[in-house]
Amino acid sequence: MLAEVGQVLLILALLAALLQSVLPLVGAQRGIAPLVAIARPAALLQLTMVLGAFVVLTVAFVRQDFSLRYVAENSNSLLPMIYRYSAVWGAHEGSLLLWTLVLALWTAAVAEFSRRLPPVVVARVLAVMGLISVGFLAFLLFTSNPFERLLPAPVEGHDLNPLLQDPGLIIHPPMLYLGYVGFSVPFAFAIAALLDGRIDVRWLRWTRPWTNVAWAFLTLGIALGSWWAYYELGWGGWWFWDPVENASFMPWLAGAALLHSQAATEKRGVFVGWTLLLAITAFALSLLGTFLVRSGVLTSVHSFAADPARGLFILVFLALVIGGSLLLYALRAPAMGGQADPRRAYALNSREGLLLANNLLLSCACAMVLLGTLYPLLADALDLGKVSVGPPYFGTLFLLLMTPLVLLLPFGPLSRWQREQGQRTLALLAPWAALAVVLGIIGWFMAPQGKLKTAAGIAAAAWVGAGTLYVLWQRLRGGGRANAETWGMLLAHAGIAVFLVGALLVEALSLQHEVALAPGKAVEAGGYRLVFEGVDATDGPNYHSDRGHVRVYRGDREIALLHPEKRMYASGGMPMTEAGIHPALGGDVYVALGESLGDGAWAVRVQVKPFVRWIWLGALLMALGGFVTAVDRRFRRLPEKS
Amino acid sequence: MSDTPSAPNPPHRLPPVALIIGALFFLGLVGLMLYGVSRSDRPDRDSLPSALIGKPAPAFSLPLLHDPAVKVSGRDLLGAPYLLNVWGSWCPTCRDEHPILTRFAETKRVRVIGYNWKDERADALRWLEQLGNPYMVVVADEEGRTALDWGIAAAPETFLVDDHGIVRWKYSGAITQDVLDRQLIPALEKVEAASSGKARR
Repeated sequence: MLAEVGQVLLILALLAALLQSVLPLVGAQRGIAPLVAIARPAALLQLTMVLGAFVVLTVAFVRQDFSLRYVAENSNSLLPMIYRYSAVWGAHEGSLLLWTLVLALWTAAVAEFSRRLPPVVVARVLAVMGLISVGFLAFLLFTSNPFERLLPAPVEGHDLNPLLQDPGLIIHPPMLYLGYVGFSVPFAFAIAALLDGRIDVRWLRWTRPWTNVAWAFLTLGIALGSWWAYYELGWGGWWFWDPVENASFMPWLAGAALLHSQAATEKRGVFVGWTLLLAITAFALSLLGTFLVRSGVLTSVHSFAADPARGLFILVFLALVIGGSLLLYALRAPAMGGQADPRRAYALNSREGLLLANNLLLSCACAMVLLGTLYPLLADALDLGKVSVGPPYFGTLFLLLMTPLVLLLPFGPLSRWQREQGQRTLALLAPWAALAVVLGIIGWFMAPQGKLKTAAGIAAAAWVGAGTLYVLWQRLRGGGRANAETWGMLLAHAGIAVFLVGALLVEALSLQHEVALAPGKAVEAGGYRLVFEGVDATDGPNYHSDRGHVRVYRGDREIALLHPEKRMYASGGMPMTEAGIHPALGGDVYVALGESLGDGAWAVRVQVKPFVRWIWLGALLMALGGFVTAVDRRFRRLPEKS
Repeated sequence: MSDTPSAPNPPHRLPPVALIIGALFFLGLVGLMLYGVSRSDRPDRDSLPSALIGKPAPAFSLPLLHDPAVKVSGRDLLGAPYLLNVWGSWCPTCRDEHPILTRFAETKRVRVIGYNWKDERADALRWLEQLGNPYMVVVADEEGRTALDWGIAAAPETFLVDDHGIVRWKYSGAITQDVLDRQLIPALEKVEAASSGKARR
């Protein structure tokens, strides 16, 4: 009975979304005030319905109603309570419902926080978001209904994919979706502006915090995914250039470019067309990412053979949304750039010029990830044989594109708008450049291995870090107070410095040993001594586990007792590894169990990962920067009604 | 430093050529996705080809499962094509493909060599007794050292090696009737045609 309620709620949500999209759009074009006024209540109504449906599905999971096919396929009676909640978005149907819910939440937030914008603008923005909701709700109802019954109801369900039974994965999808879907706000704003045929920079200011928050959530989502892959997959890697990772990374790159170009557009009125295009691109890539993950088009650890009907539906929707937006852009945007305004001219080494360079580099990186992600599909379609594009391609090109970005980064916040005096910034930063080089050289001599990467990592991080601190010092010394926007920018840039330390030093200094260990035997790695004390069998709530005991010594002092596990879930399938990790800022000790070799001996993979935490710490700082920027009071001083 | 990068008179409309190129590019992308969608239900879509295809099979020398004192090497198998099937008693999917493989082996069209991977000898022998032994011989790779050379990542996997010891085809996952008819037999026909062609010359 409850499931039918959920079903009806979804249908009502679709109707509300139609109401929210069609009528206000007509009203805004024709200037009919009552129709314009419908947008806000309709958005709230839609949220209520979708939230209701989501709650119903959650209740079905908690109560273990196996008469629902989706519940039966993704949970069983052994599943611990916490995973019954997260199982709601553990597979296709529920994950789409979450997407739709997050979209409805963002829409309602827009409806709530846009009181001081002109009603026509709000109506258009909400209508565009409503259209996207229509697409996703229809997708849910027609191809991926989570409330489908399974009759007769099975006594027991299958299981939630054991890979997903993990605390990190409970919040990874919601974070990611908050990011993905958050880009729908600048997107809807861009489309509204294009429909209107003109853009008011004061309204653009209003979208900036939204972009920042969305990007910050996306950063958190990606970092969580990377952290999860690190401890759950048992390989000790943190980024694999897997198609699904790329799918989330592309909107991140486009979003990062958008943040910067929006700032330039808002403050200087430059890059108007470019900002609109990036807003469309960031959301288009979010949709593309959802499509790639959900359709099973690409091969990845995350995807399985899928139903082509679903892929086709979402592809048609994608083509309509993206194709329509780009067409609208192509027709309207050239006329909106306005005349070349000599007052807005800028020199190449001005802040505008540097922001342009930032945008070009980030966009190129994004295009390169897109190409690398789709190339295997292209090669297959053209019968060039099956290829997989891996770290060699991405690593090389990324290095090429990110090196200039890192080199230019400290100049950006230091330089002035429009016109810069010759070599001023270069002179200001020269001592810090020298410091970075010296530190890099010291790193070269201290590193036992991977000298070049160590030196590069230290020098790059010192350059970005010192450059960022110098900007802070300069601002504070000038007696001026730094506003939230500046603090956010500095935090995010500092995050990049921290990230660089992690990414490059892990790459350079990691140690890995694969050893066969009998109980009582020890292995030395990177100054640590690990004593293997054997493996015993334990039982979790829904799995059997071979649980290893490894004592970690540094010198004579015991610093940790690690428990790497190999779990067999009762529902069957592949064994899951749970790495035993001793986390530390200076470096992790990482132990994963391999195969049993008989007589109590096991193949054990021991890794020492210097500075690996800094990768996620850097991401955390970047996300924090995004959030801090968004609370700048300037964004809340909304444009007066004109 | 240079001045404004913008053109003196910005066009107020996109040139039609740009529009057409953009549209073609977009449609191409959509077409590519369409192709991807149409094949997304094929479970074998992601069976990556082995780097070995077209290259000589890795040299190996492994003991027979049934008589560990006897070793078989790649050279012993030259002269006629053979199918190398990687399996283990611990592998449920191998059990799934076993009947199909057995039926195919009974046609005697090609020698089917078993490659028992990371297995306990007693378990492996019991498995063959229970389910039947379709293999001409079974080599045992208990530690999985040789498997590294073959690039074996998971069982079951199946390799077709031609009479000169060149790997011609590889499949990861359970062999189904469909895979047999559509992939293995055509690949085998090619190998046979090539060797008979050479013989005639």
